[in-house]
Amino acid sequence: MQGKKEEALKAREKPAALGPDLDLRGFTRDVKPWRCCPAPSLPRDIAQQSLNVGVRPDEKGRAGTYFQIDHSTVSRAIRKTFEGKAEVMSTEEAFKKYDWMDDYWWKVVAVDADKYTALAELEWDKGYFIRALEGQKITLPLQACLFISKDNLNQNVHNVIIAEPNSEMQIITGCTVHPNVQRGLHVGISEFFVKEGAKLTFTMIHNWAQNFDVRPRTGVLIEDDATFVNNYVCLKPVKSLQMYPVAYCKGTNSRARFNSILYGSEKSYLDVGSKVVLQGAGSRGEVTARAIASDNSHIYARGLLIGEHEDSKAHLECRGLLLSDSSLIHAVPELIAKVEGAELSHEAAVGKIAEEQIQYLMARGFSESEAESLIVRGFMDVSIFGLPSQLQDEIKKMVDITTARVL
Amino acid sequence: MDVLKLEDLSVEIAGKRILNHVDLAVPKGKVHVLFGPNGSGKTSLIHTILGFSSCKVVSGKIWFDGVDITNIPINERVKLGIGIAFQNPPAIRGVKLGHVVRSYIEGEGRAARKDIRLARAVNFPIEFLDRDLNLGFSGGEIKRSEILQVLAQKPKFAILDEPDSGVDVENLEVIGKAINNFLEGRSGLIVTHLGHILNYVKADVAHVLIDGRVACSGKSTKVLSQILKEGYTWCERCLRERETEECRGKRRKR
Repeated sequence: MQGKKEEALKAREKPAALGPDLDLRGFTRDVKPWRCCPAPSLPRDIAQQSLNVGVRPDEKGRAGTYFQIDHSTVSRAIRKTFEGKAEVMSTEEAFKKYDWMDDYWWKVVAVDADKYTALAELEWDKGYFIRALEGQKITLPLQACLFISKDNLNQNVHNVIIAEPNSEMQIITGCTVHPNVQRGLHVGISEFFVKEGAKLTFTMIHNWAQNFDVRPRTGVLIEDDATFVNNYVCLKPVKSLQMYPVAYCKGTNSRARFNSILYGSEKSYLDVGSKVVLQGAGSRGEVTARAIASDNSHIYARGLLIGEHEDSKAHLECRGLLLSDSSLIHAVPELIAKVEGAELSHEAAVGKIAEEQIQYLMARGFSESEAESLIVRGFMDVSIFGLPSQLQDEIKKMVDITTARVL
Repeated sequence: MDVLKLEDLSVEIAGKRILNHVDLAVPKGKVHVLFGPNGSGKTSLIHTILGFSSCKVVSGKIWFDGVDITNIPINERVKLGIGIAFQNPPAIRGVKLGHVVRSYIEGEGRAARKDIRLARAVNFPIEFLDRDLNLGFSGGEIKRSEILQVLAQKPKFAILDEPDSGVDVENLEVIGKAINNFLEGRSGLIVTHLGHILNYVKADVAHVLIDGRVACSGKSTKVLSQILKEGYTWCERCLRERETEECRGKRRKR
């Protein structure tokens, strides 16, 4: 751990490769600790906000819950049925419980990647540890909420997620702020380990504030015959959000899939990408992104596929829709094949709603605004992601609310 | 009474004159046909009747059921009772064909069953109702999907833009019969290039459009046989003669 601290200290001023550089001194670290509180007893305003990011405070239909407010873990619980099958706790507790935690700490994300990873090491504010035990199928989703209640606060979480061999689990993570919070910085380190034959579906829903900065840093290690599915949804304004999670398909027949739905509004600056590194024989990757830019928002939709094994295959698809003349979408699809036989492909399309499509639907009796709304909602069609039906319905509801509000 | 009446209609697209002083009327309960070579302005004429923004009316009027619709939005025209099967409709991701079909029949009861019945009438795979509009449809599937939407809408006046192009023989018969049944007692305008659909659909009058002008109008079977015999050059000649006559008339007046 000491070595990591030293590496972090050296990277303390290192700007990130992408996204606006932030002055970290502008945020406060001073916040009162929160007392433990079962999720169903959380204050109503907090409960409502967490519900908006898919985290159910009543814990209905969930296998377990982790709830962190600011720098305090307020709740962590596992439903009785799943005790001994899955674990949910803070990473701080996990360090106390397991002497092997170092094997999963700063292993797929580099501590000195930039000033944000360094900050997460030097000013670490817990985060969640979620683990499915070997061979266990967790039939209900586990949920985690990372919440900020104080204006201008800096929160640095470090999460570790382990799917032990032949286990299956689904996690829904919601990151959000109290309605009174306008500014702040959230740094989230997430390290995923999907072991042999395991399947992990991870869905992250972000709901920040107009002046909030967000810098998640994610790495995923996928072993033999394991599958990792990552769904990311960001529909609300944010000052700047920059992330470029990377999945290493290390094992034979390992699979990674990234799905993103981005809706940029007001002055949001979103720089979101997904990387898949195909290292194992028969490894497969798929990246699908849908980005809508309205108002004065700027969206950079990136994707990078790296083929390092001759029997590997991946596809990247990015579609962007501009709803205003002052918004911008910059799609950056990249393919790097390092060996013969790696099969990589991409398609990207960015543009405004075609007049021809609006007129076609008007000729079917819809008004101009109904036609636009249908096209936008269709563009954000989450059914293409192949999500479990309950999760799909929840995300669809969020998308419908966003599109109905904007159009 | 005429259900559709185009009066001295001239139209420009991107500053270029596409339709020139078109006069055309379809009486209630009648089905007319519009012939014309490629690029003669048939599809532009249809887009103008519907009110597509690219088609700028520079003179003349469009009347529908006694209402001047020259300047009203597309969906208002549709509400008055105009239905359309497009020749080359755009693909729209995420918007399901079934959603559009059911939007017409909702409130009629048993909407879900009815869309299936309608799909069967045009030999259209039911599972296509759950597919994105026109996305990955073959040429023939597009035609059937367009006609299915018109059948669901049940408009007073149906415009069918080349319903027979790209359709195989077997499906042409199915489509032709479905259209003929539907048009019984209704009015419509069918655009056709080769006239195959007329083997199944009874049409009254045909008009020939050449260079954005109505070159001639007459009994549909007669006009079709003439075109098949002599091609559109016959119509062009006819139009030139008429234009020469018009010029002479103007000179005489002077």
